[in-house]
Amino acid sequence: MTGGSDPGVRGRDVASLAGVALTGFATALLLVLLVAILGVVAVQGLPALSWRFITTIPRRDFFDAESAAVLPMIIGTTVRVLLMTVFVMPVGVITAVYLSEYARAGSRYTQAVRAAVANLAGVPSIVFGLFGLGFFINFAGRGLDRWTGAPGPVWGQPSVLWASLTLAVMTLPVVIVATEESLRSIPAGLREASLALGATKLQTLTGIVLPNARPGILTGGILAISRAAGEVAPILFTGAAYYLARLPGRLTDQFMDLGYHSYVLATQSPNVGQTRPILFATVLVLLGLTFSLNALAIIVRARMRRSLRAAS
Amino acid sequence: MAPAIETRDLTLHYGKIRALDAVTLEIPERRVTAFIGPSGCGKSTLLRCFNRMNDLIDGVRVSGSCRVSGEDILGSGLDVIALRKRVGMVFQKSNPFPRSIHGNIAYALGLHGIRERAAVDGAVERSLRSAALWDEVKDRLHESAMRLSGGQQQRLCIARAIAIQPRILLMDEPASALDPVATARIEELILELRREYTLVIVTHNMQQATRISDFTAFFYLGKLIEHGPSARVFTCPDRKETEDYVTGRFG
Repeated sequence: MTGGSDPGVRGRDVASLAGVALTGFATALLLVLLVAILGVVAVQGLPALSWRFITTIPRRDFFDAESAAVLPMIIGTTVRVLLMTVFVMPVGVITAVYLSEYARAGSRYTQAVRAAVANLAGVPSIVFGLFGLGFFINFAGRGLDRWTGAPGPVWGQPSVLWASLTLAVMTLPVVIVATEESLRSIPAGLREASLALGATKLQTLTGIVLPNARPGILTGGILAISRAAGEVAPILFTGAAYYLARLPGRLTDQFMDLGYHSYVLATQSPNVGQTRPILFATVLVLLGLTFSLNALAIIVRARMRRSLRAAS
Repeated sequence: MAPAIETRDLTLHYGKIRALDAVTLEIPERRVTAFIGPSGCGKSTLLRCFNRMNDLIDGVRVSGSCRVSGEDILGSGLDVIALRKRVGMVFQKSNPFPRSIHGNIAYALGLHGIRERAAVDGAVERSLRSAALWDEVKDRLHESAMRLSGGQQQRLCIARAIAIQPRILLMDEPASALDPVATARIEELILELRREYTLVIVTHNMQQATRISDFTAFFYLGKLIEHGPSARVFTCPDRKETEDYVTGRFG
């Protein structure tokens, strides 16, 4: 090393070494934690994981290794996540389009909406669960029941529909922020080119801006799915069931859920030791499902990017 | 012959800044008019008045008059879409859409109701031929426009602009981001297009202005300083500022 004897230079070397060590340590810590979490789950859960475990409907005593199974939970979680995506994407994208394309940038109204979106993102998920119970089930659901003159509660009870809608409200900020970001990243030159050809603002939006923003919008969808797949609190009162003998067949049916089921296994088991491998196997399946849903969306996004580059 | 574009005391403010100061100018039909002047002199701003692209910027105020083919284009009742169909524009940075070569031109045609396949294909070929790009791309019309070279992309943008048959073509430094060979091709193209279109070109390149333009307008600090046949403006300008600028003494 040159100039090693100069105290100033030596001080700089020590400082830069410390910087490398500190950032490296933080990164290593993260990796260790990730490996530790996945390792514990895998080691404890793999013994209980079997083809039968993920492809059969459990009997009531799902704490027992013989009868434990998670097929209804896999279906329930998948359905509620996909339904949520169907609800959240249009509303989130349209809101973001309004905010970034139509609303006056500095206006008080726009600022208020932006603040509301930011605050919505900071609300604890259990509050969304209570909101879903109060608004969707007690207000909207019971209102529908009264209006249709149903003899008993049809809409006014927990269901996969209300759980998905509750999750959609929770993930709305994620989609809005990601969409706005991707709309902003469209080069001004592309909009100008379209407008200079005599396109209206709406034609430019639907013909040029949105098609090019699709990968970014999909990133919002991926983040929303990641956030929603593992959430339990919002569906606790709005749709998740402790046990159902049948698979859900209608929007108004309740459903079993991997996350909620993990909670049940962890807290309600009469025999903790025997249930532990089942619990970890369930968590393993939840991780796998979340990962698969994400992977699916990432593959779709990659194909979109390719088709944008090699547009035909 | 009536001028293609005619401005009278055209003044434009961005907020409090006066970008154009009482510009009175006539641009003749089927000729190339070059706008020259140092950065920030208002030449691009004036160009963007002609197809109302300044509408996109908040806080722009315009006074005076501006007529395109005799029609006042500053009124709020003007059909901006119809104006932009007649007055095409090519930008400094080539901006093809991330679509195919064919798709870029088809998009422009579709905006004006031309969607029937045979009509679209015919117009695509015609405009690519006019932009001297057809021979290079005729076998890969459905490949992405993003794969073309910079010069080809700019010629595609010209093809896209002329596909909808404007009367006037505005070019904002169309060759400033291109290498000398690509620049030469654009210049040849401009001389070719001059037969059918009225061209207005903003340029920083004096040699380019002398090579391709019939008339030259020199702007300085938002004012039109001098305007006349290019040969005269460049060889014996009336005004001292023009002489200093074209001989490279300032700017």
